[in-house]
Amino acid sequence: MKYIDEFRDGVTARGVAEQIVLEAKPGREYNLMEFCGGHTHAIYRYGVQDLLPDNVHMIHGPGCPVCVLPIGRLDMVLGLADREDVTLCTYGDMLRVPGSKGRSLLKAKSEGADIRMVYSAADALKLAHQLPERQVVFFAIGFETTTPPTAVAILGAQAQGLENFTVFCNHVLTPSAIANILESPDVRELGTVPIDGFLGPAHVSVVIGSQPYEFFAREYHKPVIISGFEPLDVMQSILMLIRQLNSGRAEVENQYIRAVSRHGNIKAKRMVAEVFELRRLFEWRGLGVVPYSALRIKNRFAKFDAEARFDLRYTPAKEHNGCECGAILRGVLQPIDCKLFATVCTPETPMGSCMVSSEGACAAHYSYGRYQAEAETA
Amino acid sequence: MCLAIPARVSQILDDDRAIIDIDGVQKEISLALVDDVAIGDYVIVHVGYALGRLDPAEARKTLELLKEMSSTSSETIAS
Amino acid sequence: MSAPQARTKRKFGTPLNFKRGVIELSHGSGGRAMAQLIDELFAKSLDNPWLAQGNDQACLQLPAGRVAMTTDSYVISPLFFPGGDIGSLAIHGTINDIAMSGARPLHLASGFIIEAGFPLGDLRQIVESMAAAARAADVAVVTGDTKVVERGKADGVFINTTGIGVIPEGLHLSGDLAQPGDSILINGTIGDHGVAVMSKRTELDFDVSVVSDSAALHDLVRVMVSATPQMRCLRDPTRGGVATTLNEIARQSGVGMMIEEAAIPIQAEVAAVCELLGLDPLYVANEGKLIAICPPHYASNLLDAMMSHPLGGKSAVIGEVVADPHHFVRMQTAFGGSRIVDWLSSEQLPRIC
Repeated sequence: MKYIDEFRDGVTARGVAEQIVLEAKPGREYNLMEFCGGHTHAIYRYGVQDLLPDNVHMIHGPGCPVCVLPIGRLDMVLGLADREDVTLCTYGDMLRVPGSKGRSLLKAKSEGADIRMVYSAADALKLAHQLPERQVVFFAIGFETTTPPTAVAILGAQAQGLENFTVFCNHVLTPSAIANILESPDVRELGTVPIDGFLGPAHVSVVIGSQPYEFFAREYHKPVIISGFEPLDVMQSILMLIRQLNSGRAEVENQYIRAVSRHGNIKAKRMVAEVFELRRLFEWRGLGVVPYSALRIKNRFAKFDAEARFDLRYTPAKEHNGCECGAILRGVLQPIDCKLFATVCTPETPMGSCMVSSEGACAAHYSYGRYQAEAETA
Repeated sequence: MCLAIPARVSQILDDDRAIIDIDGVQKEISLALVDDVAIGDYVIVHVGYALGRLDPAEARKTLELLKEMSSTSSETIAS
Repeated sequence: MSAPQARTKRKFGTPLNFKRGVIELSHGSGGRAMAQLIDELFAKSLDNPWLAQGNDQACLQLPAGRVAMTTDSYVISPLFFPGGDIGSLAIHGTINDIAMSGARPLHLASGFIIEAGFPLGDLRQIVESMAAAARAADVAVVTGDTKVVERGKADGVFINTTGIGVIPEGLHLSGDLAQPGDSILINGTIGDHGVAVMSKRTELDFDVSVVSDSAALHDLVRVMVSATPQMRCLRDPTRGGVATTLNEIARQSGVGMMIEEAAIPIQAEVAAVCELLGLDPLYVANEGKLIAICPPHYASNLLDAMMSHPLGGKSAVIGEVVADPHHFVRMQTAFGGSRIVDWLSSEQLPRIC
């Protein structure tokens, strides 16, 4: 696969790894947060951690849209799916995520709800044409990457005069989440979470560009490297972060230069701005209520807003006692620090948000990384 | 994260649609979010939409830089 | 084996309409319609003396030796896919389950559950494909059953196939025999079946020329057993893929495994589909593959034997059995790191993040 395989080459990886060992100063620790689940996935899937020296620590961030959706929003979508007149369209990612009482969309489906897995918002739109007697609701989740396709679908529904298509919008914003982590007392005042720098999102940045991160570098004096999701991208970005930290710089640098520009995809941003506006408050699983961190559908598109059409109300729901996802998402704790991890909380029966998606820090550690810990206890 | 992959545009269709090809796998996608895409261009595809273009020259530069990083590992770096 | 004598066939007024006809509830009611369906389709296509006898059972004479027996139900959407259909799959799958004991498969029995309204033409295509697969494998479907359920109560057709075979004397293959140091082999590329089936699911909407690897593996097994009777274990990595099979064997044998990503054969198109949908090919289904475990000093001998067979041209040694009290399957990645290859928590779904 062109532009994929080259960035997974093991020989180059060994060379870059040696370079990292050479440049990472033995006397200091490097605590680097990879914001995105995409980076977390690459680190585990390709075994990147094995190639890093012991003083370079990767902290997994909250960049997984499946993980950060609160139980209350899942309960809302389950309520929608249970309606007789609704056909609910969802990305495969959300099917197994449990809401209150452990009920998931997959369970609702087996109980008879009309739930369809789609690959694209466009497929949901197509379905609305095919099923004129049904209310077709698209369960929209995701960061800035997934938002523009939802905007295209809503604009399409308007152009086609569709009466039976709505979107349950849960799109969230990356910069707000990063700001929330940097503003948290753990990081800012207490210094209990020593985050020295960030690997910034790859595909989110294709849309929003590298410019929005400049504030973090300036305001919080943390270097940010926009990094591709292939393992060599991750390795190179780690080396770039180490170089900045060694020389005392805190800048935004773009490693994923082959796809990310400073201003991003202007057309996509314009369509998003046309359809969506900021929500004043939105609850993130693990992070709590974060101001101006999510999008909702503008009033002039209310016809396509499932929350308006079906008069949905948000009720916060309680997380499992003892679940440490919040601290794990902020980088305060590691998955193995949670007493539920790999005991009652497993990918089969996820209790907290970090275990629900394969991108989540706990699920990735459970599925790919447990060997070390268990071998040590053997 | 957001699962997206680079793919070559092999055919342009009506209505802002195109066919992409990844090692013999063909898929129809939407070009609604990008302008002026031509056959042979590489685009970043996410949930059936091209999100942006991949710049082959920049990709080459990144790879060269990686090669350079990995081959200079025996030398001393001053920065 | 002695085959029974065929008897004269019953005749029916109007023959079944395979062009436009559909299955009706009466085709499963035990009356004339069912008899006609059996005569004009099942007995005719599967054509063997046991079926032709028209009894509710087949009376068989088995050669001496230990008998291997297995049963499997086939439920697949879509019913027809590149490289096969539910009919050929129902033969290959059961033959393979028998063959993984080292046995020579002898006889199959098959039960059909058909949804009312199912096109007779499609049913004929399935039964004929079943018959062709059985003939090619030199195994007969000696007895069967047909039930019809109301529309909406089944997804077209479900097939259950049971089989028996006889194990060569002195051969003992089992999933609990793997030992640290043993070599792990596979007879070709992974994930072909799963990707071929997915390519026909409308909601995923992509085109690819990958065909299912669905095949009867007993002849390959025969060659392997005669070359390396010291083999410890054979298993076909169907549902859940290679990863699941390795985990099963590791748990049964109380060992760990270390496989090497770069050594695992995979077609470029299969890898690309997995990339597109966010799937891991190690968990994608195969229907014509087997995992073999043997003592290390027999590995090259076994590999040569596998590669000499038409179903093993791309065989490879993909890893080794290791001692591990936690029974982890691990993989050395082509990138240079290592990771666990865990049990699947449930069926892999295409993902966007």
